[in-house]
Amino acid sequence: ILIKEYQIMEFAELIKTPRVDGVVLHRPFMPTVEGTLCLTGHHLILSSRQDNTEELWLLHSNIDSTEKRFVGSVGSIIVKCKDLRVIQLDIPGMEECLNIASSIEALSTLDSVSLMYPFFYRPMFEVIEDGWNSYLPQDAFKELESMTDEWRLSKVNKDFTVCPSYPPLVAVPKNIDDDTLKKVAAFRHGGRFPVLSYYHKKNGMVMMRAGQPLTGTNGRRCKEDEKLINATLRPGKRGYIIDTRTINVAQQAKARGGGFESEGNYPQWRRIHKAIDRYNVLQESLIKLVEACNDQSHSMDRWLSKLEASNWQTHIKEILTTACLAAQCIDREGASVLVHGTEGTDSTLQVSSLAQIILDPGCRTIKGFQGLVEREWLQAGHPFQQRCAQSAYSNSKPRQEAPAFLLFLDCVWQVLRQFPCSFEFNESFLVLLFEHAYASQFGTFLGSCAADRARLSLPEKTVSLWSWVNRPQELERLTNPLYEANSLVIWPSVAPQSLLLWEGLFLRWNRSSKCLDEAYEEMVHIIEYNKELQNKVNSLRRQLAQLETEDPLLDTP
Amino acid sequence: MEHIRLPKVENVRLLDRVSPRKSRVGTLYLTATHSIFVESEAGGRSETWVLHSLVSSVDKQAANASGCPLLIRCKNFQILHFSIPREQDCHDVYLSMQRLSQPECYEELYCFSYKPSIDEEERRREWAFVDLKSDYRRMGLPNSLWKLSPVNQHYKVSDTYPAELFVPESATPPVLVGSSKFRSRGRFPALSYYSKENHAAICRSSQPLSGFSARCLEDEQMLEAILKSNPRSDFMYVVDTRPKLNAIANRAAGKGYENEDNYSNIKFQFMGIENIHVMRNSQQKMLEVCELRSPSMSDFLEGLESSGWLKHIKAVLDTGVFIAKAVAEGVSVLVHCSDGWDRTAQVCSVACVLLDPYYRTLKGLMVLIEKDWVSFGHKFTQRCNHLVRDSKEVSPIIDQFLECVWQLMEQFPCAFEYNERLLITVHNHIYSCQFGNFIGNNQRERKELRVHERTHSLWSYLWTNRAELINPLYRQNHSQSQGLLRPSTAPYCFKFWRGLYNHFDCGMHPRQSVEDYLRVIREETQQLEEQLDSHKQKIAQLEQEQGWSVACAEAIFDKSPTVWVFGKDLALANTPQDYTGGFLTSSPCTPKAPGSPLILPPQDSNQTVDSNLSNSSDQESGIADLSCRSPLSEDSTRDPDSDEAAYSAA
Repeated sequence: ILIKEYQIMEFAELIKTPRVDGVVLHRPFMPTVEGTLCLTGHHLILSSRQDNTEELWLLHSNIDSTEKRFVGSVGSIIVKCKDLRVIQLDIPGMEECLNIASSIEALSTLDSVSLMYPFFYRPMFEVIEDGWNSYLPQDAFKELESMTDEWRLSKVNKDFTVCPSYPPLVAVPKNIDDDTLKKVAAFRHGGRFPVLSYYHKKNGMVMMRAGQPLTGTNGRRCKEDEKLINATLRPGKRGYIIDTRTINVAQQAKARGGGFESEGNYPQWRRIHKAIDRYNVLQESLIKLVEACNDQSHSMDRWLSKLEASNWQTHIKEILTTACLAAQCIDREGASVLVHGTEGTDSTLQVSSLAQIILDPGCRTIKGFQGLVEREWLQAGHPFQQRCAQSAYSNSKPRQEAPAFLLFLDCVWQVLRQFPCSFEFNESFLVLLFEHAYASQFGTFLGSCAADRARLSLPEKTVSLWSWVNRPQELERLTNPLYEANSLVIWPSVAPQSLLLWEGLFLRWNRSSKCLDEAYEEMVHIIEYNKELQNKVNSLRRQLAQLETEDPLLDTP
Repeated sequence: MEHIRLPKVENVRLLDRVSPRKSRVGTLYLTATHSIFVESEAGGRSETWVLHSLVSSVDKQAANASGCPLLIRCKNFQILHFSIPREQDCHDVYLSMQRLSQPECYEELYCFSYKPSIDEEERRREWAFVDLKSDYRRMGLPNSLWKLSPVNQHYKVSDTYPAELFVPESATPPVLVGSSKFRSRGRFPALSYYSKENHAAICRSSQPLSGFSARCLEDEQMLEAILKSNPRSDFMYVVDTRPKLNAIANRAAGKGYENEDNYSNIKFQFMGIENIHVMRNSQQKMLEVCELRSPSMSDFLEGLESSGWLKHIKAVLDTGVFIAKAVAEGVSVLVHCSDGWDRTAQVCSVACVLLDPYYRTLKGLMVLIEKDWVSFGHKFTQRCNHLVRDSKEVSPIIDQFLECVWQLMEQFPCAFEYNERLLITVHNHIYSCQFGNFIGNNQRERKELRVHERTHSLWSYLWTNRAELINPLYRQNHSQSQGLLRPSTAPYCFKFWRGLYNHFDCGMHPRQSVEDYLRVIREETQQLEEQLDSHKQKIAQLEQEQGWSVACAEAIFDKSPTVWVFGKDLALANTPQDYTGGFLTSSPCTPKAPGSPLILPPQDSNQTVDSNLSNSSDQESGIADLSCRSPLSEDSTRDPDSDEAAYSAA
C-alpha cells in the first residue's frame, strides 16, 4: 500500500524527507518510544522496529494543527489531532524537522476529496455485509409501509435537481404529487421541502423536517407548502412546528429571504421557538471546552468558570430539551411535528435524530443507531465535509466547521448515562463515530450529501464504516453488556445536575482511564459469569429431566 | 407532646418542587417525633414522614389564594413545600414544628425514645460491633514503638479526647501532660493511624499555644518521641491544615503553629483548608443553587463555582493525599488545625481511606468514623445542630469527608466495598439522631448521657441491612482494593454530588441503575451456583441409584430483570419532565389514559418472575416497582401501618 501511495505524484512532491531515524514520540499515558519516523501519502508512522512496542499510525487527515519548537538542534513537532489527542515528536536535525513539519502541514490539509485515504484503503478484513447497502431508503420505506399506507416514496429528486442536499428517494404524504413537491421546494431553504423523518407506530403521529420557509419580509406564502404539511394532520387535530431558532433570529432571517410559518397561513399549527445555536458559535464552544480540559494548571474556580464560559453544556441542554419537546408533542400530545431551523441541515437533524432515540427503541440498537445516523445525518445532507474539516485545535478562523454531529453524540451519551440498560451499544461506539466523522479510512463520512457520494462513487470506490463495524469482533467491543431491550419511550432529565461533562471523550487524553476500564471489565465479567452459569444450570436441568423420564420407577403407579 | 399546638390539619397540599402544578392533597399530622403527610387521594395511601430532628428550618411565607405556604428544609436536603388552607392552622403548625425541630436538651433527642423491638442483650451487642481496640490491634498496636496510655483515663488531661490513646513508647506521662498544657483544649499529639509495613504514623493534635515566641520543652520532646517511634525516618512532617494567614492570626491570641527552629527535624507545612464558617456559607450557597427551580446551565455552573464548594472539597482531598503519600513513603505526620476536631478529623480520615484498604470496606468505614470522628471528639451536637446552640457553630465538616469518599469512589469504582447509598444513609443518620452514635460532642459527654446503655447503634443496623449497601464491583483481590489509592486531584476530577444534594429530586437521577442491575445479577449468580451444586448432586444420585427423584421447582434463568430506579412517585420515574416551560398541556402531569397498549418486557410463559417484579409493575411506564427491596431507602415514604419500631425492624 505504501509504495502505491508513494508513487502518486501529488504526495511525492509534498514529502521532502520520507524517513528520519532517532525520533522520540511522546503520547499521553504511554511510555515514550524512540524509532524511525516515516511519512507516506496518508500516514505518519513511527516504528521502533522492536517487537512488542506499539507503533504509531496516524492519518494525516486526523491532524488538526501542528506547532514547532526548537531546543538546540532538536526540533519538536506538537501534533494536535482531530480526536483531541496531542502528541509530540522530537526530531533530531533542524532541516529534517522543518521538512517533516511542512509535509505534515500540507498532507493534512489536502483539498481534493479524491486524494483522501478512503480511496486508497483496501480492507484487510473480510466484508460480510457491504455497509453501503445496509441502510437503503427503499428498505426503510418497506418497514414504513408495513405500518401505514399514508406515505409514498417520491423520486422527484432522483437527479438531485429539486433539492441538491436530499437523497434521490424521500418519503412524502401519499396525496402530494411531485409537481407540488417542486413548488414547495422553491419555497423552502435549499429546496428542502418537508419530508418524513419519523413515524410513531404507537399513535401514527409523524415528525417531518425541512428548511425554513422563504417568506421574506413581505410574507410570501405557498399554498402547496401549507397543503403538504396539513396533509399530515388528522382531521380536527393541530400540529406543532418546532423552529430551532429564537423568535428574534427567525425574524431577522426574513430580511435575508427566510422566515417562519405565520399563524395566519398555518392556523392548524402551533409554532414553538427554541434556541439552538448556529455553527460558528458551536465551533467556538468546542474550542473553548477543549482548551479548558487541556489546561492542567487550572484552579477549581478557573476550571468551572471556563467550563461554564465554553457554553458546551448549555448547548447540550438546549438540544436535548428541544428533542424531548418534539418527542413529547408526538407521544404525549398525539400531535405531528415539523422541525426546522434555517438550512435544516444541523440543529434540525440534531432534534429529529435525538427525538427518535427517545421515542423509538429500534434506534437504541447498534444497527438501528447506524440506520439513524445514515437516515438523519448522511442521507439527510448534513455537510460532514465542511462541518468536520477542522476540530478543536484549528488555528484558522472557523468558516463552515461545527461540531453539530459531536453535540448529537454527546446528547446520546447523556441519555445513555441516564438509561444505562436501554442501549445495545456502549460509549465506545459513540467515540468511534466521532473519530470516523473527522478522519477515517472509510468512505462513510466523506462528502456532504447523497449527491456528493454519488458523484464520488463512494460505494464503488471506498469501504463503508458499517462493513467494518458489523463484524462479530467489532460488535463485541461495542456492545453494552447491560443491554436489555426496552420497548418504552425514555424521557431523559435535562436538569443541569443531570447533564455531565462527557469525560470519556473530552478528558480521554488528560486522565488515565485505567480504573474506569477495570470497572467496565469487572462488570462484563459479572455478567458473563452469570450467563455461563445459566447455561450450565440449564444443561444440567435437561440432563436431570432426561434421567428422570428414563427412570423406570417413575412409570410404575 | 406539649409542643404540639395542632395535631392534625386536613386539606393540606404538598407541592412538587420542580413542577408546582403537580400537588398532592392530604392530611398533615404532627406527632412527638415526626410530621406525617398522608395523601388522601384514592388508592395511593402514600405517606411522607419527616423526622423532627432532621428539620433544619421551617419557613412560613405570605399567604396566597391557594393557602398559606410552609417550607420545610431538612438536614438531609429534602425540601417539603406545604400549602395549608387556614392561616391560623399554618401558624400553629409552624410554631409547633419550629419548637419540635429545635430540641433544647439531649433528653429530647429521638434516639432516647426510639425503641425498636430488639432485646436488651442484642442491643448491648450492637455497641460491641465496632471496637476501636481491635482496630488498633489490626494495626499491630501496642508494640515496641507505640503504647496505650492511661493518662486521659478520667478525661483529666483533655476532656474532649477519648480515654484510651496510643502514644510513642518513649513519651512519659510528664511529657504528655506538659505537651497537653501547650495545646488548645489539652489535645496533645496522639496516634491516629500506624502503618505496620513501614512504621510511619499519622498523629493528630490541636494547635500549639506558641503565640509569638512561647516554647514548651515537653511538647518538643513529644514530637521527638513521635519521630523516634519511626526508626527508619530522620524527619517528620507537621501539617497545619489551615491557611497560613489564619494560623498567623491565631498567634495574637497566644495560639499559633510550630516554629521549625524549636523542633528538631520537622518539616512544617500549611495546607489552606478554610474554617467552619467558610464551609457553612459555601454549602449554603451550593444548596441555594440546588434549590433553583429550572436553572439554566450557566446558573448552575456559575452558582457552583461561586459557592466554592468543590474548591473546598479539593483542598481536603489534596491534604489527605499529601499525608497519605508521606506515610506511604515512610514519613510520619503530625496533623493539626486549631482545635483539631474538624479539619484534622477530615484529613486524617481521608488519608486513612487512601492508605489502608481496610477503611474501604463496610466495617472499616464504620471503624474509621468511630475512630477519627466520634472518639476524637468531633462536635456533632454543634456541627450538626442537634440541639439549639450557637448557629455559628454549625458546619458541614463531616459532609465534606463523606463527599471526599464519594469523589474517590467515582475515580476508583472497584476500590470500595460499600456504595454511594451507604454514604447517603450514614449522612442521613448523622443528622437524624435516631441512633446514639453521633450524640454528644465527645466520649466524656456520651458516657455521662449513658448513650451506650440507652440507645441503639447505627453500625449494627447498617451491617444487618448491608445487602443494599455493597458495591457489586468490589472484589477483595482486585488491584483497586489493594494498597494506596493515588487519585487525581485535577479540578475536572471533582463532580457535583447530585446523589446527596439533590437526593430527593427523583427526576434528576439516572432512571436505570447499573449498580442495582449488577446486584440482582450477582444475587442470581449465587442462586445459580447453589442450583448447580444441587443439580450435580441430584444427577449423581439418580445415576447411582436410579431412585425417586425430587421434583424441583425453581426459576429458569433465561433473562435477568431490568432494574429501574424509581422515585417515590412511580409515574415520575419515566415521564417527560417540564421541557416546555409550561407550553404543553400534557406536560409532566399524570400520564394520559392508557389508550395505547404499552408493551411490557416480553416474558416467557413458563418463566417464574420474581414476585417483586411482577406484582407491582407500573403498567404505564413498564417500570418494575422494586421499592419493597430497599428496607433502607432514605426516602420517607413508609408503610402506612408501621410504627416507629418497625422502621428499623425491616
